[in-house]
Amino acid sequence: MLIEARKLRKYFNLGHGKQVHAVDDVSLGIGEHEVLGLVGESGSGKTTFGKTLIGLYDKSGGQVIFRDRELPRHYQTEDYKRQAGQIQMIFQDPYSSLNPRMTIQEIIAEGLLIRSGGNLSSVRDKVVYWLERVGLHSDHLSRYPHEFSGGQRQRVGIARALIVEPQLLICDEPISALDVSVQAQVVKLLAELKQSLGLAMLFIAHDLSMVRYVSDRMAVMYLGSLVEVGPADAVYFTPRHPYTRMLVSSNPQPDPLHERARTDVILSGEIPSPVNLQPGCRFAGRCPLVEPHCRQQTPVLRTVADNHQAACHLL
Amino acid sequence: MSSEIILEVTNLAVEFATYGGSVQAVRDVSFNLHKGTTLAIVGESGCGKSVTVQTLLGLIPMPPGRITAGSARLRGAELLGLSADRLNHYRGKRIGMIFQDAMSAMNPTMTIGDQIAETLIVHMGMSAAAARQEVITLLTQVQIPEPERRLRQYPFEFSGGMLQRAMIALSIACQPEVLIADEPTTALDVTIQAQILQLLESLQQSRGLSIILITHDLGVVARMAHEVAVMYAGQIVEQGSVDDIFYRSAHPYTVGLKAAMPGRSAHKSVLQEIPGSPPDLFAPPAGCGFNARCPHVMQLCTSQAPPLFGTSHQARCWLQHAAAPAQALYQQLIASVRS
Repeated sequence: MLIEARKLRKYFNLGHGKQVHAVDDVSLGIGEHEVLGLVGESGSGKTTFGKTLIGLYDKSGGQVIFRDRELPRHYQTEDYKRQAGQIQMIFQDPYSSLNPRMTIQEIIAEGLLIRSGGNLSSVRDKVVYWLERVGLHSDHLSRYPHEFSGGQRQRVGIARALIVEPQLLICDEPISALDVSVQAQVVKLLAELKQSLGLAMLFIAHDLSMVRYVSDRMAVMYLGSLVEVGPADAVYFTPRHPYTRMLVSSNPQPDPLHERARTDVILSGEIPSPVNLQPGCRFAGRCPLVEPHCRQQTPVLRTVADNHQAACHLL
Repeated sequence: MSSEIILEVTNLAVEFATYGGSVQAVRDVSFNLHKGTTLAIVGESGCGKSVTVQTLLGLIPMPPGRITAGSARLRGAELLGLSADRLNHYRGKRIGMIFQDAMSAMNPTMTIGDQIAETLIVHMGMSAAAARQEVITLLTQVQIPEPERRLRQYPFEFSGGMLQRAMIALSIACQPEVLIADEPTTALDVTIQAQILQLLESLQQSRGLSIILITHDLGVVARMAHEVAVMYAGQIVEQGSVDDIFYRSAHPYTVGLKAAMPGRSAHKSVLQEIPGSPPDLFAPPAGCGFNARCPHVMQLCTSQAPPLFGTSHQARCWLQHAAAPAQALYQQLIASVRS
């Protein structure tokens, strides 16, 4: 494993004894050169997991092991600096994640200059290389973010992350703000970079068919806990946990015949509040197959097939 | 399918005056909405799909907007160019609208119940008490639990999915014939999206609603639509039945959109992106708007704009011309993409 979360936990205090259980004892690893897709509804804790994993949030419990070394529980500035060369992140919103007052050249070079010193002209060749690598042109160097479309800005974000040559890239909903035809451009770029650079990635998204497309393994979160993890195709085509099954079947397919033949039951209700969760299965309130003991005992992940685990009492 | 036409839009053109010049946001758009059916308008951001429907309801501020041509008739009655007073006879009453972002479309300082009652009192002349009763019935119809309690709450107390249900209740309160849904599920999770789509479908069946559904998600189109219009750079580039669009795609842009979405097949087919980005509508390119991104572009495409070819299934592409040299090749390509 390149990076491994062991019982990673992140609670947010709301005061008055209330706590949001955003990530609750999640154990999940990403191998070298592996793409792990992480899916779930909004509020399931997938972004918080990504941010806690790389130290953007302090951990409330558990450990993160990166290349056999435990990462600090609370990060100091030096920790970020050291880690930035190994782990980078690209963000959902390509508009707010680029400083509007910096040129593209300054944005892409900034991380490199902080790490290695020097000035803009000394790293210019490298900046141009990465700019072209992500499909932009060297005459874009002195332009500002507002002059670019969403897809182009996301490419700038990717170049900024990759110029320091990290081993792990955290992609937090990198395509959900983009148009369909542009989504495919960015996904193909990420897939190509993974192939050629041997990058490992955590790919957080809510579009299951796109996640299945880019991922080697897929993990599903619900209300702060991990409910299923396995090879991407296995989770997508033979989901075991009732929640994953409903998530997969709710996704409408671009195929009218398939949609007309649809007989699936629609998942009723909404994701409940993650404040002060009680023991028992998190999904019990919406599960069509719920049994009395589901409400008392918290299910643990168990192996249901090769490399495929799910947390459900009924399996 | 019923052939009764409820809404008929012909040759609509809308432009916006800006500091940089005039933007031709909608160019020569024509479509018919049939009773009890769903017409999906599909396209990427900036293609003019929202401007088209907002123009029908007089929601485009004029200026800077300007309708330069066209007409829109609801059961024969012209909608375009009506005074605000006359328009209020239609909007909210005979044509309902659902917006993408329910949180900013609802009034944050009024309770949900008051907002829905207001439209009933104004349009239907109901008393406050009768309106309240009707609100409870409506909230029940859109499956909001505990309607008596919920109608006293404010929008911020609702989840995204529940607020979208409340907006649907608001939009159908006056029993409109036409419902315009502008990206109604884009901001929602897939599980909630499935619930909302099912709700719209059942309302369509029980009330005989005709729906214009604006979306960029081909999955939602396949799930909901009877008829589809694909828009690109302010124009409809292809329209026809949902099966025409998905199984007999005739425009390279439609083919490209489909290939850009990962399918459900067990083997991962190669994802095909559409290179480049949509054209600048300040100065629409000469010829076909898609020519810069089209894999089959011909010399003709860069100089002359193609007309819509076909009758019930139409495509705005020179490849559909009987004399197009690449037509045979193109049909082969479509067949290979489909298989």
